[in-house]
Amino acid sequence: MISGNRAATRMWQVLGNAVLLLVIFLTVMPYVYMVSASFKPGEELFSIPVQIFPDSLYWGNYDLLFGRTSFVRWFFNSVFIGVSRMVLAVVISLMAGYAFAKFDFRFKNPLFILLLATLTLPIYVLIVPLYSMMVTFGWTDSYIALILPLAAQAIGVFLSRQYLLSIPDEILDSARVDGAGEWGIFWRIIVPLSQPVIAVMAILFFTASWNDYIWPLVVLTEDRMFTVSLGLPTLVGPYSQEYGAVMAGSFLSTVPIMIIFLIMQRRFIEGITQGAVKG
Amino acid sequence: MQPRVDEAGQGGDRKTAPDGATGKRRWGGRRSTAAPYLFLLPFFAIYSAFLLYPTFSALWLSFQEAVALDTPAFIGLDNYVRLVQDERYLHALRNTTVYALASVFILSPLALAVALAVRSFLVPSANLKSFYRISLFLPFITSFVVIALMFGLIFNKDFGLLNSFFRSIGLPELNWLRSERLAMLSIVLVGIWTYLGVNSLYFLAGLQNIPHELNEAAAIDGANRRKTFLYVTLPLLRPTILFVVVQATIFSYQLFEIPFLLTNGGPSDATLFLSQYLYEVGFSQFDRGYAAAIGYSMALISIVLTIAQLLLYRRYTR
Repeated sequence: MISGNRAATRMWQVLGNAVLLLVIFLTVMPYVYMVSASFKPGEELFSIPVQIFPDSLYWGNYDLLFGRTSFVRWFFNSVFIGVSRMVLAVVISLMAGYAFAKFDFRFKNPLFILLLATLTLPIYVLIVPLYSMMVTFGWTDSYIALILPLAAQAIGVFLSRQYLLSIPDEILDSARVDGAGEWGIFWRIIVPLSQPVIAVMAILFFTASWNDYIWPLVVLTEDRMFTVSLGLPTLVGPYSQEYGAVMAGSFLSTVPIMIIFLIMQRRFIEGITQGAVKG
Repeated sequence: MQPRVDEAGQGGDRKTAPDGATGKRRWGGRRSTAAPYLFLLPFFAIYSAFLLYPTFSALWLSFQEAVALDTPAFIGLDNYVRLVQDERYLHALRNTTVYALASVFILSPLALAVALAVRSFLVPSANLKSFYRISLFLPFITSFVVIALMFGLIFNKDFGLLNSFFRSIGLPELNWLRSERLAMLSIVLVGIWTYLGVNSLYFLAGLQNIPHELNEAAAIDGANRRKTFLYVTLPLLRPTILFVVVQATIFSYQLFEIPFLLTNGGPSDATLFLSQYLYEVGFSQFDRGYAAAIGYSMALISIVLTIAQLLLYRRYTR
């Protein structure tokens, strides 16, 4: 800290504390409200003034969610799709990133620039023809439509390449001297050394899949194939006002992401914010 | 993310280190075999089939009149001409731009202010510090759907948290989502809530990248806090500012769930975003050619921004 004037420094600290506490309060408040609303019966939920802490825990919203909606099925769909897409995306990204980081080959630069160019390409550009492809293949209302097409993300190749550039060539060369094949080197040396970048990609891809909305909205029509994100909003509409159940489902659907995030948060936040520094 | 090669690769044969430099050449021949192509194959197969092909196919589609299952007919640039004459499209473009400007000129400075606040914050314990970090990051990993559902309840005119609070402090209750004047403001507020934390963490990372010595040197030279900030911190923070602003703009032009689920574009198109207009044209009216043209207009925005970022970044870090 700059030590100009002690009193001024102290004042800035008090001000900083106040700002930060306010921001944290405003950030956390909606989550508290969501959880509390999920434990309120209708009449309490629709009464004003809003009580943040309910009088007693009411489980009816959860009963309704599990008993009368397809929430459990949606949840299973989201887990299955999320895990499959994550594993596929991590493996192919790491392989491609390894090729870019540690090999010389023809068209290396043009291919890399191609990836660079599509890094921020919005899905809206290609969503219409991509949907037509799904119809042609008969993949609408299928798991594969949600797993395969969105598995090749340029960002994964970038993160992998960036990370693998820092691994010394000597390690790979000595393995080659010892007679290891390229495939063996990848699985036995590159993969174990890449744990940090694999963690970042895993959480990035799983979260993206879990939270995806527009693609499931386009390719899924059958209730039993819905993901959590697609299903939850269908519970409130002109014919149903089950806000309590929706809040219960929102809360439960946020839990898996929170758990993964809590386990890996340090690594993840570092991985995400480094982009702001290195560009 | 610090590479952990030093720990993990400790056994990486120090014996061979001396000829490490020549090793690159020696095994160079081996590197040009099929191996790299095989490593690239799975990614590029999926990438070509489901990203490149539909992207180019959309370009072709945008030059055609293709409605529902009718046989498409080539119409040149007519779809793009239609864009600039389509009032609803222009309206959606304006709405989306208003939101993007709010992200750049309200959200980003706020995030910088929070980052500066965090910096001067005396954190009592490491646990608390990590609690703050997690709280700030939470909205970023929460799905837009959950955010929209939460705020749908918070903004509810009759029993929402916000109006309940307004009533308790004697302010008039407002129709946050159904009033033409307020709906966009509500969407902007949700956007700020969602991205404030992560953007301030970006700024914090940028601030921590500035060597302390520079601030101290400025202080010794007699610069006060304000001058140090304006002439030392801000210029050094330019790459981070650029990153945050470009990210915010790109995300703004791609936002879909919040307006779609919170206000469904209404009332009377006051919160119709480009993404939702494309969705309606492509998947309700099945006007596929025109939807593809809307998609390309959105891509153009993100391509221009990405190139601008790359060029400016090079200038700032030279």
